[in-house]
Amino acid sequence: MTATHPREHQALSATSPPLLQVRQLTLDYRSDERTIRATHDVSFDVLEADRFVLLGASGCGKSSLLKAVAGFLAPRSGEILLEGRPVTEPGPDRVVVFQEFDQLPPWKRVLDNVAFGLVASRQCGKEEARERAAQALATVGLSRFADAYPHQLSGGMKQRVAIARALAMRPRVLLMDEPFAALDALTRRSLQEELLRLWAELCFTLLFVTHSIEEALLVGNRILLLSPHPGRVRAELDAEGFGLASVGSPAFQAQQQRIHRLLFETA
Amino acid sequence: MSHVHRPEFERELPALPAPTADAPLGTARRLWQRDGIRQVVVLVVIAAAWEAAARWAGNDLLLPGFLQAAAAWWDDLRNGELLARTAASLSLLLQGYALGVALALTLSALAVATRTGRDVLVTLTSLFNPLPAIALLPLALLWFGLGQGSLVFVLVHAVLWPLALATLSGFQGVPETLRMAGRNYGLRGLRYVAHILVPSALPAVLSGLRIGWAFAWRTLIAAELFFGASSGRGGLGWYIFQSRNELMTDKVFAGLATVVLIGWLVERFVFDTVERLTVRRWGMQR
Repeated sequence: MTATHPREHQALSATSPPLLQVRQLTLDYRSDERTIRATHDVSFDVLEADRFVLLGASGCGKSSLLKAVAGFLAPRSGEILLEGRPVTEPGPDRVVVFQEFDQLPPWKRVLDNVAFGLVASRQCGKEEARERAAQALATVGLSRFADAYPHQLSGGMKQRVAIARALAMRPRVLLMDEPFAALDALTRRSLQEELLRLWAELCFTLLFVTHSIEEALLVGNRILLLSPHPGRVRAELDAEGFGLASVGSPAFQAQQQRIHRLLFETA
Repeated sequence: MSHVHRPEFERELPALPAPTADAPLGTARRLWQRDGIRQVVVLVVIAAAWEAAARWAGNDLLLPGFLQAAAAWWDDLRNGELLARTAASLSLLLQGYALGVALALTLSALAVATRTGRDVLVTLTSLFNPLPAIALLPLALLWFGLGQGSLVFVLVHAVLWPLALATLSGFQGVPETLRMAGRNYGLRGLRYVAHILVPSALPAVLSGLRIGWAFAWRTLIAAELFFGASSGRGGLGWYIFQSRNELMTDKVFAGLATVVLIGWLVERFVFDTVERLTVRRWGMQR
């Protein structure tokens, strides 16, 4: 990853094609008896260093979209292109941070958990993996807990470990599936802050799923609104410039109300 | 309505001194906290009750006392008879157990890999699991003759089904998120099984191994009551049976005690240790 500041970086890549392209994506879940449509004809582009948020009520297929980008769910029709190449299977260039705490193997100590991705994907040898893991752990402030087992950590710390593990991989896109939804409100706020700080520092590209309007405005610079059953694109909005300082400001509230209207008013 | 004025306030919180440890418990209390000590106390009480009952009954042939049985046990331990018998039983047991474990793991790996494999395993298990292994001994004798082969056959049967069932349910219980995390980092095929499925299913596999061990041990002793393992070199079951024929009831008790003791030692030192070093340490089991 280059050391360019995020904004310059974005300006640079404005002329190049989008990093991640989702083209007319339709996703189905098939059980023995019937087919359930998760999303219908969804298209969007994620640019380098974007913090792109998928926002919608439950049942709008936002998690399914993320799973499809991760390669866990094959599209019914349409395509997903990462740097122009179609996504066909899960891979370490698209690392997912899940909502559930059991994404961390309980039999690995925190440091080994962070190194696990690097070792499993054969990106580097054991020694280098542990070094990079220690660095990643330091960026989320958990160096003291390197030798602990996951069950000894609080929920917020477990999510920090998962984020460190994902960042250590230096993926092309970091995928986050409601990563803070299982945390209490105060921990959630401090992790949102931390995520923004890490982004400013490391300038990764983020695709973030949430059902919270406030979180979407806070974390994202671009928001895709999805309507439920099946998920279709209702709007794509700008959220650049909203940060922790602007929560509750008139502009923030106005955008919040606009999203509320778009999500709940039926046309 | 009167309004009480309550001023707001803020406080600076100075750092607190590090907490001090609680006062240590007394020696007696601390000893009582240890499971081992409590179990020993229970054993002593049982031995005392046994001795008292034997003295009250006053019939050595029906119920020898604890001390008498302990003396018989000690004699046969020193002259090597019990050790030889135990070795004979254990070597057979290990053969059957190893074979059963290998088969169980293979079957459950097949079952987790393919749908047909799962159907086969589930059907076989529901057929054979309720069947006591010892009930197959007559058939085994017919097929493999009067010898080790028959015993290994029933042992495999005793281990295979409970372990395969436990392992399969362990594999199926691996959390979806963990599976996805593994595949996300590019784990596939055997590496995926070794790095994600097996460790995650370990609590279930270990409890299957425990159950399999207990079943196998019981089955073996029961089977040995029919005949000595091979050509006079019988195991513990045969020792018990012979001692009864010779009306040496104290030796019968010595044999029974050895059976219990070995079962207990393996539970406590092998399985408990493995669990403590793995699944308990990882917080996967209390």
